[in-house]
Order: sequence, then structure tokens, then C-alpha cells
Amino acid sequence: MNTHTSLILKLAGLAILACVPLSGESFYVELIAKTLVLAIFAMSLDLLVGFTGLVSFGHAAYFGVAAYAVAQLSPKYEAASLWYVLPASVGLSALAALVVGLFVLRTKGIYFIMVTLAFAQLAFFVFHDTPLGGGSDGIYLNVKPTAEIAGWIPFELDNPAHLYYFILAMLVAVYLFLGRILQSPFGRVLVGIKSNEHRMQAMGYRTFRYKLAAFTLAGGLGGIAGFLYAVVFGFVTPELLSWHQSGNVLLMVILGGMGNLVGVIAGAFVFTGMQEVFGSWTKHWQLVMGGVIVAAVLFLPGGLAAIPGRIKRSLQGGAAND
Amino acid sequence: MTELKTNEVLLVANRITRRFGGLVANQDVNVSLERGKVHVLLGPNGAGKSTCINMLSGDLPPSDGQITFMGKDITGLSAAQRSLVGIGRSYQRTNIFPKFSVLENVRLAAQSRRQQPWRIFSKAMEQKWALDKARACIEEAGLDKKVDWISGVLSHGEQRQLEIAMVLATDAQVMLLDEPLAGMGSDESARMVEVLKRLKPTRAILLVEHDMDAVFAVADTITVMVNGLVLESGPPAQIKASAAVQQAYLGSEDSFHV
Repeated sequence: MNTHTSLILKLAGLAILACVPLSGESFYVELIAKTLVLAIFAMSLDLLVGFTGLVSFGHAAYFGVAAYAVAQLSPKYEAASLWYVLPASVGLSALAALVVGLFVLRTKGIYFIMVTLAFAQLAFFVFHDTPLGGGSDGIYLNVKPTAEIAGWIPFELDNPAHLYYFILAMLVAVYLFLGRILQSPFGRVLVGIKSNEHRMQAMGYRTFRYKLAAFTLAGGLGGIAGFLYAVVFGFVTPELLSWHQSGNVLLMVILGGMGNLVGVIAGAFVFTGMQEVFGSWTKHWQLVMGGVIVAAVLFLPGGLAAIPGRIKRSLQGGAAND
Repeated sequence: MTELKTNEVLLVANRITRRFGGLVANQDVNVSLERGKVHVLLGPNGAGKSTCINMLSGDLPPSDGQITFMGKDITGLSAAQRSLVGIGRSYQRTNIFPKFSVLENVRLAAQSRRQQPWRIFSKAMEQKWALDKARACIEEAGLDKKVDWISGVLSHGEQRQLEIAMVLATDAQVMLLDEPLAGMGSDESARMVEVLKRLKPTRAILLVEHDMDAVFAVADTITVMVNGLVLESGPPAQIKASAAVQQAYLGSEDSFHV
């Protein structure tokens, strides 16, 4: 696909997403808003899995830390300032990732997967069993943060349409931010580490530092998603940090196509879509979902991101010699 | 560029030893690399040549002994740190980024000399100095016709040339080359020998190689290793004439082409 077509398709997708609140169907607006939040979460994980080659199985921890941070930093019956709670909760997620990264990045491969999971379980129990979290019931965020700046209110997160557009804007911002980073010398180093870390070291790159920076960044971006999730649903529970959540986001990345941001966004949509559709058919929807994911991995190894290339090749089929 | 003194001793390994459990892979090996000279490590398979290179490059910590670079002790430095002071290496098994273009492989090597990870909003492909450097090194290694090729599809010999270009792009003063001619056809070998001769005056080169024609074409010093020990070290004429080397390694004329 050339860059023009690809840009037009992306803008078309954005336009469709921008029209969703016009439908007035509050159920679908909330469902798509939730999906966009998960898409941001999946992109943040893709920075690790798809670009740096770090398969984290504990990414929900940073999602959850930010979600709990909003709930805890907001006064009980008043609105907190968005301009304070957003950076604070995202900063706490990044900080948590920095600290965890110092330990987990000393391991590789299967050990890395297990250790990231272990830290996420640790975080789960911190919020589940200590006064920090409010037990298995979680905490309510009674009043959504306000975007007020010196008396002026540019938008209201209480308004579902405003909240939706705020989330969509964050998705675009995270997408552009990651796209930009990947073109930078820093991003090239991350991709080099994924391809051949040993060679990067032999060329003078202290890869641990780069991986730690990526891990921290991914934690912070995952925190943006966690923040938005808490604002959309108005309450947080320890389930947000559970290993199911870490597994789901990993599946979105794999389903969408590791290392392809648009693919990963699509992965989040297909994943939540399947959850809804199969869930309406049967209460054993996870069984159906599992089958679909196994089939996708077997028959579509590059994920959804590989579909355009396949279509193109089959169209050229007979004529082309490849 | 600063004035280069030829015969300047750059890298010295002093009685380095490496043990793997009970196995002594290298024992009390001394190596000295001078600018403008090619030092060849010879020895049958399992003699410990790669272990020796791995210790010099920082891929493997020595169990004993000391390594100095320009008079400074570097024994405790990691591979990345040694690369940054000016020691570059190539690998016995081709070790590149197979999905990247030739240019990107070498550009990444060049970028390592001026790492600015905090500049996350600058574009790598707009860093002209790194691109220019990469192109110059690709040309020096004789790969300029393949700049935009995906490196994984290059011929074996071309991938070895790419490795040399990557070492060059890191401004390595000391080049540790582990069998750069392995698996090459005679044309490719001859071209690589030309490249080595061209690089030699400004750098110190350690070469592990089995191709005897190439070895005697470029070597200033040869060290012969057997079973982890240095058997003999000296100029090519001395090694050729040595009875011990003849007996232990070269044996008959045939084994000149292992």
C-alpha cells in the first residue's frame, strides 16, 4: 500500500470513529469509547512487544496503577482537576514501570514473561489486600475530573460525547507520538534490539538503558489508558490489574499484528467485538473466542495488519510473477 | 583526525585465561595488537581462537589475566563499553540485522558513536552525518552497489563485507575479525583481502583465518594456538619454518587449506 492510500484510509477510519457520538446510541458510544481506551493500551504494549521484542505479560499493572491513582487522588465529592490527575496518574504508572523495569529487564525470554507476570500479580494483591485499594469491591470515582482552567471549561468529561472525543484525541495523540518515536534514533535502536540485541551491544549500545526507557514509556502510555478507563466507568477494581487483563491486551496485539500500530488498534476492535458478539450467543463465549484466536494465529501469522498485503498479492495473483 | 602513530600498541592481552568448568579454553594467552599491523590467530578447530576474540571484545569475561587498551585496563568493561572506546569485532557466524537494509545496518553502527536517545522527536533518517558515514563505510567495504538491498538476501560473502562496513562505521581502532573469509568464493576472498590491506595502515587488526593464502598475504605477526595454549608467535617466516608448528598443526602441505 502506498503512503497516500494508507493516509486516506486512516483518515477515513478516523472520520467514522468521529461520527459515532452523532448516532446518539449511548450503549454503542460507551462500548466504542471503551474499545478506544483498550486500543491505546494495546499500542502502549506494542511498543514493547512489537518494536522492542519484550513480551510483557504484566502490562495491566501500569493500566491499573493509573486507574487507581485517579480514584485515590480525586476528592470524594468534588471534581479533581484533569490537569493535575492526568499527569499525576500517568507519572505514577511510568514510575512503577521504571522501578519494575530495573528488575525484570535483567531477564530474557520466558523468564521475562514470568517475572513481568509476577510483578503484576504483586501489584494486584497490593490493591486487593491493602488500604491502598479498597478490597475486591474497588473504589468509586464519584465525580469525574474537570477540565476547568481558571474558570473556563473547554469540555466536560461528564458529557459522554465530550468524553468520547477526548478519548479519541488521546488515541490519535498516542498514535502520532509512537509513530514519531519509532522514526527517531531512539526508536531505531529499539527495533535493532528486537532484531539482534547482542549485535547492538557489540556496536556500543548499552541496551539495558534503552529497554528501560521503552519499558517506562510503555508503562506511562498504558497509564493514559488506565486513567481513561477509570474516568469512563467511574470505578476501579483489582480486576483491572489481573493477569486476564494482561493476557487480553497481549492477544489484541498478536491478533492485530505485532509492530503495526493501526493493526493493533484494529486488534482491540476485533477483540472487544468478538467479546460482545460471542457473549450474546453463549455464556461459554471464551471457548469460541479461544478457537478464533488459535485459527488467527495459525492462518494469519502477521495478524490483521497482514491482510492488506494478502489482498494485494491475490489481486495481482495471476499476472505477477511473485 | 588526530595524527596516527604507526606501530603504536593499542590492545594488549596479558596472560588471559578462560576456564569453562574443568576445561581450560585459553591459558595464559598473550596478544599484542599494533596500529598498522595485522596479527593472525591460527590453530585447529577447538584451539581457543574464538574464546580469545570473545575475551578481547568483552563478550566473555576472562577467568584470569588483564586486557589493556592504549595503556588503560579494560578487563572489566562490557562489550558495549569496549565498542565505545574503539574496539570493534565481526563474528564467525554472520551477525547482522537480516530484515534491515544494508544502509540501515551500517547507519545503526554509525549512530552508536553519537547516541542521543533523549531526542525522540528527531528523525533518524535526517541525521545526515550518520547517513554519510554509513555510505562511506559501505563503499570502503566494497558494497556500494547493494546499499538499499535487504541485508538478509545478500550472498554470504556480501554479508561478511557488510559486517566489515559495520565495524568500520563504529570508528574501530582495533578490529577483531573472526574468520571474515569463511565460506567465500575465491573472487570474494581476493576482494576481502584487498579491503583488509586497505584498512591495515590506520588500524590494528586481529584476524582469525583458515585460508593460508590470505593469511600469508596480509599477516605481520602470526600466533599459533593449540588446545588453548600459545604454541608459537612471531613473523610469518618464523612460523612457516617452525618445526613445532609443522608437527602440531600444519602437518602436511594439505592442511594449509582447511
